[in-house]
Amino acid sequence: MSLEVRGGGVRIGDTVVLDGIDLTVPAGTVTGLLGPNGSGKSTLLRLVAGVGGALPGRVTTTGDVRWHGADLLAMRPRDRARRVALVEQDARTEVELSVRDAVLLGRIPHRSRWAADSDADRTAAQAALDAVGLTGLADRPLASLSGGERQRVHLARALAQRPELLLLDEPTNHLDIQAQLAALHLVRAATSGGTTALVALHDLNLAAAYCDHAVVLAGGAVVAAGPVADVLVPAVVDAVYGVSTTLLPQPGTDRPVLAFRAAAPPDLPAVGAWGG
Amino acid sequence: MTRTAQPRPRPAGPGRPDDAGPGRPDDAGPGALDRLPAVVPDASLPAVPAVDRRADRTGTRRTARVPSPALLLGALVLLVVSVVLAITIGPAQISPVDVWRSVAAHAGLGSTPLPALRDAIVFDMRLPRVLTAGAVGAGLALAGAVMQSLTRNPLADPYLLGLSSGASLGAVGVLVLGLGVVLPVAAFVGATLALLATLALAGSLGTTSPTRTVLAGLAVAQLCAAATSFVIFWSATGDSYREILSWLMGSLGGTTWTSVAIAGSALLLVGTALATAGGTLDAFAFGDTSAAALGVDVRRTRLLLLTGVAVLTGAMVAVSGSIGFVGLVLPHATRLLVGARHRVLLPLSALAGATFLIWADTAARTIFDPRELPVGILTAVIGAPVFAWILRRRRAVS
Repeated sequence: MSLEVRGGGVRIGDTVVLDGIDLTVPAGTVTGLLGPNGSGKSTLLRLVAGVGGALPGRVTTTGDVRWHGADLLAMRPRDRARRVALVEQDARTEVELSVRDAVLLGRIPHRSRWAADSDADRTAAQAALDAVGLTGLADRPLASLSGGERQRVHLARALAQRPELLLLDEPTNHLDIQAQLAALHLVRAATSGGTTALVALHDLNLAAAYCDHAVVLAGGAVVAAGPVADVLVPAVVDAVYGVSTTLLPQPGTDRPVLAFRAAAPPDLPAVGAWGG
Repeated sequence: MTRTAQPRPRPAGPGRPDDAGPGRPDDAGPGALDRLPAVVPDASLPAVPAVDRRADRTGTRRTARVPSPALLLGALVLLVVSVVLAITIGPAQISPVDVWRSVAAHAGLGSTPLPALRDAIVFDMRLPRVLTAGAVGAGLALAGAVMQSLTRNPLADPYLLGLSSGASLGAVGVLVLGLGVVLPVAAFVGATLALLATLALAGSLGTTSPTRTVLAGLAVAQLCAAATSFVIFWSATGDSYREILSWLMGSLGGTTWTSVAIAGSALLLVGTALATAGGTLDAFAFGDTSAAALGVDVRRTRLLLLTGVAVLTGAMVAVSGSIGFVGLVLPHATRLLVGARHRVLLPLSALAGATFLIWADTAARTIFDPRELPVGILTAVIGAPVFAWILRRRRAVS
């Protein structure tokens, strides 16, 4: 019972973005998808979501993506969308939607093309709004919300989709620290209801604090995977990011904090020392 | 716009420890790096502060909505009333009763036909013109709403893909060079060729992404416009200038029952299909990837909808020339009323576009009586300020 990717690969034009990806995301976990810029995190999420065909350029996907044994890529898009929800990075719109209307978009895979919102749709949207704490803003225009609130709307839209597998691409991007913690907290809360979450993250400390498992990508391949305590160790992080990492205990929790220094004199221009 | 970022105090409900900050995992003793808690248990989940700014009314307004069935019904009634009233307006005095008697007589219902002259004014002149105006207005507004959603571009209109320029070239070919086909056919062929050129150009640049399609349409439109200008400059003489100008600006002057048949059948067949694509178009609000993740076959849907828009617009341009601003402004105005959900937006845009163009055309043929303005001038005069106002309002919201 899990998400299994075997031999996953994506080529855009002649560029190999992902190659030979093998990974397992245990059901019910929050699994962090980590790696430097350009390592293929977003592309992997899109491969799993089956939306490669919507990318610009000639996209070729290979490999096998199974959710609880069922072949996700061979499924009808609609059936897949009932199981897998994707929250993109910085999803934006020019359309003037209310918060509730934006959340109701998540019900599209669950109803016939011609149908109006059913009571079940409205109930699911309301439950999703309640779950992310946006009940009071339901009738606001989406554009009037702050970045953190908008991220919650996107999460609510994905929750209204009632997915078994929730894919999130950098859900903390451009958010202040309180909103970052809130966003990941809500993801955790969603998985307590049985949903599995695969979350692309830049901030390793957020991954250390919120994830059960972690998968590290570098150069389009998996370089480490497993329980987060086994993956977020200096041996892995130093090699992938080219830094020197120290694990520090964090008072009040048994989750570590990672502190970083440049491993070697980096190939960057020198900066004057602080304090003169 | 002011914004209160302060989280409200959380209600201390049962099972919600009030002291835990958002996202803090269980307290399992410091320094235990080697044994992480597997999952934060459900009961101990600290509450993320709920956002509630109901009291904070500064700046943004709530989106108050009229129930959509009532709006649609109201718009339909308004349209029917507009059709009847518009027929009564003009140099010859016609009453609503006359309209009814003429239509009933031709439908084989009425027993007292009008005098032949009055009947001809109603049934052969004003009725086909008003019906064509309605069909063209509905088709353009509908096509514009679909294009704006499909390209995620609020400036999109039905002519975006070079359609009107291609149609103009076809029409000028007939008017100036005297090509041996009827004008609507030439215009429609021109529009279709322009669309094919646009799609081929966009496809040769990679895939038909919204931006590429728009840019390719721009290139094709400019090329067709240059060819049109050249033909006019080189060959047009005397009276054909006025005829060409009137057509290029959009006019319903020469409409007949053939126009009604062309515009009406396109609206019924293609327009209805487009209007029912609402749920699918909703999925495009956050872009192609998002639509695909909601289970939409993005490439197929885009191609089908673009083709539908092209056929619909081609038919409308064929009977009326390129009437501007209807397809740009009416969808925006309708969104202000009912929001962006397409299930209501598309049919209501069509009804509003029909009513708008009927009145614009009525004004175009009466205010400078006996001279007649191309209706495209009026729609631009009304549409441009309205569009500016809508843009201002959008800025205020976001």
